[in-house]
Amino acid sequence: MTAGSARRIWGLVYRHLALYRRSWPRLIELAYWPVLQMCIWGFVSEFMVRASGWAAAASGVLIGAVLLWEVCLRSQMGFAISFLEEVWSRNLGNLFVTPIRPWELVAGLVSMSVLRMLAGIIPAILLAWALYAFRITDMGFALAAFFALLMAMGWAVALAVTAMVLRHGAGAEALAWSVLFGLAPLSAVFYPVSVLPGWLQPVALAIPATHVFEGMRAALLENRFDASHLAAAAALDLLWLAAAAWLFAHVFRIARRQGLLLNVGE
Amino acid sequence: MRDTALGPAIVAEGLVKRYGAVTAVDGVGFEARRGTVLGLLGGNGAGKTTTIAMLLGLLIPDAGRITVLGHDMATDRFAALARMNFSSPYVALPQRLSVRENLTVYGHLYGVPRLARRIARLAEELELGGLLDRPAGQLSAGQKTRVALAKALINTPEVLLLDEPTASLDPDTADTVRGWLERYRDETGATIVLASHNMAEVERLCSDVVMLKAGRVVDRGSPAALIGRYVREDLEQVFLDIARGTGVAAGGVG
Repeated sequence: MTAGSARRIWGLVYRHLALYRRSWPRLIELAYWPVLQMCIWGFVSEFMVRASGWAAAASGVLIGAVLLWEVCLRSQMGFAISFLEEVWSRNLGNLFVTPIRPWELVAGLVSMSVLRMLAGIIPAILLAWALYAFRITDMGFALAAFFALLMAMGWAVALAVTAMVLRHGAGAEALAWSVLFGLAPLSAVFYPVSVLPGWLQPVALAIPATHVFEGMRAALLENRFDASHLAAAAALDLLWLAAAAWLFAHVFRIARRQGLLLNVGE
Repeated sequence: MRDTALGPAIVAEGLVKRYGAVTAVDGVGFEARRGTVLGLLGGNGAGKTTTIAMLLGLLIPDAGRITVLGHDMATDRFAALARMNFSSPYVALPQRLSVRENLTVYGHLYGVPRLARRIARLAEELELGGLLDRPAGQLSAGQKTRVALAKALINTPEVLLLDEPTASLDPDTADTVRGWLERYRDETGATIVLASHNMAEVERLCSDVVMLKAGRVVDRGSPAALIGRYVREDLEQVFLDIARGTGVAAGGVG
C-alpha cells in the first residue's frame, strides 16, 4: 500500500469518525443492540441454568453465541451503513471524482466496520462478564480466529449489499439491516447443524459462520480446538469474499456505464 | 501560472452515450486549451451533464475517447482525477460535518500537502473564516456554494469542472463567485469547463463555447464570434436561436 492510498483510506475513516463525534444517537446505537441482545439472552441462559441440568453444563454457550453473532452482524452493518451514509448525504458524486480507488473505498469501509463492531461488542463483552461471569476469553486462542472469520463473512455480505445499493439505490438499503438476520437460522448460531433437517444441512454448511459456531461449541462444551471447522470457515470466507468482490466490481462497472454514481439515491 | 504551451488540457473525441433507445450524447468532440474557460451550453437534456460526467470518469462513453492533462480517462483516470476537481449544486457535501471537517476529508482524499494551511488560505480567499466550524447543513445556499467551491479548489486543480456553479445564487453572490473563478484561472493557469444556463456568466467567463443540442455539437467558438455569426446582440439571443432552431449562422458551424 502506498502512502497515497493510506491517506485516502484515512480520509474516508476520518469522515465517519467526524460524523460520530457529532452524533450521539449514532454512538448510542452502536452499542444499543449488542447490549440489549446480551441482556435478553444472558437472562434466558441464567433461567435455563437453574431449570435444566444440561443447560447448566452448557452455560455460556448461548451467551458466547450471542456475542459472536454480533461480531458478524456488526461487521456487516458497520460496512454497509458507512456506505449508506454516503448515499444518504448525496456525497457519492464527490467521492468518486477523487482519486480514491474502489479497493481503497472498500478498505475504508472495512476499517469503519472494525471500529463500529468494537464499539458495539466491547460493552456487551463487559456486560456478559459483569452480569453472568461469562469470560469470552475462556475460548482461548480460538477466539481471535472466530472474530476474524465472522468479520470476514460480515464484510463479504456487506460488499454484496453495497453492490446492490449501488445498482438499485437506497431502495436496496433494507438489505443492510435484514440479510444476516435471514442467514441466522441456517448459521447454527444457537443450536448445532444436526438439529436442522437433513436436506438443509448442506446449505448451512456452505455458510462460514456455521463452522465458527460449531467450533465455538466444541471449545466451550468439549474444551477442544476444532481446526477442521475453522479451516472450512476460512475457505468459505475466501470464496464468499471473492464472489462479493467480483459482484461489487461488476456492479461498479455497470454503475459507471449507466451513470448511477452521480444519482445513487432513491 | 502553468505552462500553456503544452497540448490541450482536455481532448474529447467522438463521445457517444446511449441510455437504452435514448442517445444522450451523440458524437460530441471538443478541446479545452490550457488556462482557458470553456463553456458547455445547451438547454435541458442537451447532454451537458452527461458530457461532464464522462470527463470526470463517472460515466463510461459507449464510443469516443477522452484525454485529460495527457491521461487517457479509459485507462489512467486516477492520475487525471488527482489533478482535477468538480463542483455541482446537485452533489452535496456531508451535512453533519463541519466545513473544516469536510475540507479535511477531501484534502486527505486528494493528498493535499500542508492541509491545515491550505484550508486556512481557502477560508481567507472565499471568506469562510466564520463558517469553518459550522456544520455544512446549517449554511445558506450562498455559503454552501462557497464551501463547495473551496472543496473544488482544495487540491489546486489544473482542470476544474463546474456544473451550474451559480445556480440558485442571488446576483451579488453569483457575481462574487464569478470573480473568484476568474482570479483562480488568472493566478493558476487552470482550465475550467463550465456548464451553465446563465448566458451573461458564460459571456463574462468563457473564452470558448460549445453549443449542444439534443446531444450534438451544433456550434462552437468564442462568445463574440458566436454573437457575430448569428448577428445578435448577446449570447442569450444566440442560445434562443439555436434552442428554437430560428437562427441561421452566417459563416457556418465551427
